[in-house]
Amino acid sequence: MSMITLPEKDGIFGKLTDPLLEIKNLKKYYPIKKGVLSKTVGHVKAVDGLDFSIYPGETISLVGESGCGKSTTGRAIVKLDPPTDGSVLFEGKDMADLSKGELRKIRTQMQIIFQDPYSSLNPRKRIGDLLAEPLLAHRLASKEEVNKKVDKMLETVGLTKFHKGRYPHEFSGGQRQRIGIARALMLNPKLIVCDEPVSALDVSIQAQVLNLLKDLQKEFNLTYLFIAHGLGAVKYISDRIAVMYLGKIVELGKTGDIFTRPKHPYTQALLSAYPIPNPHLRDRERIVVEGDVPSPANPPKGCRFHTRCPFAASVCREKEPVLSGDSHTVACHFPLS
Amino acid sequence: MSIPNVKLDTELPINQIPVAVKEELGNEESYLKLITKRFFKHKLAVVGLIIFSLIVLLAIFAPLIAPHNPYAVEGEFAAAPSAEHILGTDEVGRDLFSRLIYAARVSLSVGVGAVVIYVAIGTVLGAIAGYFGKWVDMVIMRITDVFMSFPYLMVILVLVSIMGPKLINVILVLGLLGWPSIARLVRGSVLSIKEMDYVKAGVALGFSTPKIVFQHILPNCIAPILVNATFGIASAIIMEASLSFLGMGVQPPTASWGNMLTEAQSITVLASQPWLWIPPGIMILLSVLSINFMGDGLRDAMDPKSLK
Amino acid sequence: MLQYIIRRILIAIPVLFGVTVFNFVIINMAPGNPVDMYLNPDATEADAEAKKEALGLNDPIYVQYFRWLSNLLHGDFGFSYTTYEPVLDLILTRVGPTLLLMGAALLIAYIIAIPIGILSATRQYSWIDYLTTTFSFLGVSIPSFFLGLGAIYVFALVLGILPTGGMFTLGSDGGFMDTLIHLLMPAVILGTGIAGSTVRYVRSSMLEVLGQDYLRTARAKGLKEFIVTNKHALKNALIPIITIIGMEIPVLIGGAVVTEQIFQWPGLGQLTIQSISSRDYPTLMAINFLAAFAVLFSNLLTDILYSVVDPRIKYS
Repeated sequence: MSMITLPEKDGIFGKLTDPLLEIKNLKKYYPIKKGVLSKTVGHVKAVDGLDFSIYPGETISLVGESGCGKSTTGRAIVKLDPPTDGSVLFEGKDMADLSKGELRKIRTQMQIIFQDPYSSLNPRKRIGDLLAEPLLAHRLASKEEVNKKVDKMLETVGLTKFHKGRYPHEFSGGQRQRIGIARALMLNPKLIVCDEPVSALDVSIQAQVLNLLKDLQKEFNLTYLFIAHGLGAVKYISDRIAVMYLGKIVELGKTGDIFTRPKHPYTQALLSAYPIPNPHLRDRERIVVEGDVPSPANPPKGCRFHTRCPFAASVCREKEPVLSGDSHTVACHFPLS
Repeated sequence: MSIPNVKLDTELPINQIPVAVKEELGNEESYLKLITKRFFKHKLAVVGLIIFSLIVLLAIFAPLIAPHNPYAVEGEFAAAPSAEHILGTDEVGRDLFSRLIYAARVSLSVGVGAVVIYVAIGTVLGAIAGYFGKWVDMVIMRITDVFMSFPYLMVILVLVSIMGPKLINVILVLGLLGWPSIARLVRGSVLSIKEMDYVKAGVALGFSTPKIVFQHILPNCIAPILVNATFGIASAIIMEASLSFLGMGVQPPTASWGNMLTEAQSITVLASQPWLWIPPGIMILLSVLSINFMGDGLRDAMDPKSLK
Repeated sequence: MLQYIIRRILIAIPVLFGVTVFNFVIINMAPGNPVDMYLNPDATEADAEAKKEALGLNDPIYVQYFRWLSNLLHGDFGFSYTTYEPVLDLILTRVGPTLLLMGAALLIAYIIAIPIGILSATRQYSWIDYLTTTFSFLGVSIPSFFLGLGAIYVFALVLGILPTGGMFTLGSDGGFMDTLIHLLMPAVILGTGIAGSTVRYVRSSMLEVLGQDYLRTARAKGLKEFIVTNKHALKNALIPIITIIGMEIPVLIGGAVVTEQIFQWPGLGQLTIQSISSRDYPTLMAINFLAAFAVLFSNLLTDILYSVVDPRIKYS
């Protein structure tokens, strides 16, 4: 099986502009119910205090193991699973303060692309109707205009207008993701949350979809929150990367910095597990992380990673580190240099 | 020869896709066509469909087919079959054959009428319970439990006897008591479909709740509802026949296959006048059997495990 | 698992409450004034009014409800409009025959359904299987009263080997054999009514179990097919079947009404029909309530049995 060598994304966004989306102390807890009367005995702390900002035009990725809370964050932002605490500010406005009508309008500005291409499209609708629906529901265009837009969008994502009359089950996984992307774009959003959009696809198709996403970003001036657990895709498409562990961000920085100078032990472990196609570059130090991920219902005291960290010291067991740094931030008592 | 169902897995750039395939793209494989194809593969289901259609035609064109007026007292009572009265006459002197045909109207109107009512009620309640969950769900499910605790026939008997035995009452009572099983079914379907990404996509796209429920969730629940409703029609027909047989449903002079069998409770009738009770019984059997065949065929045709 | 049982019982309580309310509502919908049965024809308005007061019919509705409920819990179901005896006594005399009928029908149904179901599952797609499917279709489609009439015609009138109805031969002392002969036809008719659907359950349950890998192991070990089927597969397939008994009880109750009517079997079903035609609402309500209670109870029992018997079910 050949690995595709993906070059690093060469994006420089560095301009100081106002963030498109700000997340402050985001928390998402799920209650654990036990007993005859379904009493709440504890909480699964899927997301436990997240702070970061997304700037217009950039692609920022959230990476981490399964269960670290990255998908939950994405869904909380688009309000599919409203946050338990904390605030999400879109263009400066707190989303919790919005009325129902305003919320519906804001939704047109933020869209989401799902991971599973086989359940993200309504099997009973032709894809022409699927794509026309958002425009018709918000009454943004007349029927003829909608038709033209649908045709154009299909061509944009690499299909044809002849596909309009077909049903989702007649398409392959990669094509379905294209349709999902097209659907997200119909409302001309500013931000798109990509929830592991290529994880379910074959490797060769992954590259095509990623390329499509990149092209679309340029054409439509999009901002992406890219959620993934595969570092290859992340390296290819991101400007910045945020590494998550057990509901918190442990490191955040530009893609280049993260890959060449990771500061957090967890980040370094992730990177060392990432396969390198070139056999001559393979003699790096492997950091092996022992043990299983602790339960998010009962995160370890102090630094959450201390139970598996090869460099854990006594302060790590007591005090929880905070994200610090300038453009490359890390939450660790002994960041690697 | 046309190229069916070519999946464009090759991801060729648009100008390299063979022209023939592009033109073929107009053909859709709609869900309805798929189900119909599979239904017709079922021999028994097709037989059921034919028999049922005949009965429906019988009911619709009753005035044209029946030789006599079903209410008219003409010949001698309890006469054996003759040229004039193909199936003889009943105990009062009405032509049995005509009554048999007109009775089809009663059975079908009860069957379809009751089912339409309770499918409507059950679907709405089940959808509300499934979509909104929490205490709404709890309350609706407890009410469902209460309704399901009563043995069906018994509570129907009680209600019909209180309201008075009439065709319309039978339809109403059957309709107002039959919704619990549909509600449970719909609730289960809605609960599982609610979690699908395409429903979440609808929420993210800002669709209103009624739109999501009625245009996205419910259409994907139709299969089990339809199957349940089909069997429901059969069961409603038997229920009406039983009620009329017991004297608690449709009353004479209106003809119902059930009340045509009431007389047979007397031993003399049973023994010596088989033309009075065997034909109505067979008609009930045929209608119910044909509907059950259709339901079975429908259920297999819609089985998601065999669908892609 | 104990938690599950407790939770199920807790849920059953409001349902039971709902059942009583529903029942009470229906009672009050019933036409007919209970006062009338206590008065003689030349009673005056004042007498009627006084009687109403005495019977507590002028009290607010919720007071009447709680009075009725507490009477119920003390076993007082009121008095029959027709025979004037306590409804409870009336019911008690009829419960026995009905239970006998239902029990026999259930037994017959399972005696028929289990072997046929197993046979059709093990020989899937054979002629036995098709025969079984046809049989179960017919079973569900024939109205039981038609089948009953036909059976009486054939066995009692034409062949003369079985009685046409009743529980005892008129004029005789009864006795075990006599009752049994009278029980035969009604029980078979009622039993075959539910056998149709029971066969399907047995068949699908067996099919599911037969496909399991642990049976493949048994066969690979060299065990004879007969033992594989009856010793290993059957044990696990029977589990859901036992619990289905609970689901069949409501159907049995309904079926009993019709069957008892045709065969003049002196049980609760026949009493139901009589109460309806004589407008004896207290009796009718009592039977209705008992039936609902029986269904609730059997559902609860089924759920509990299921959780006990299937270790995989751990409702949290």
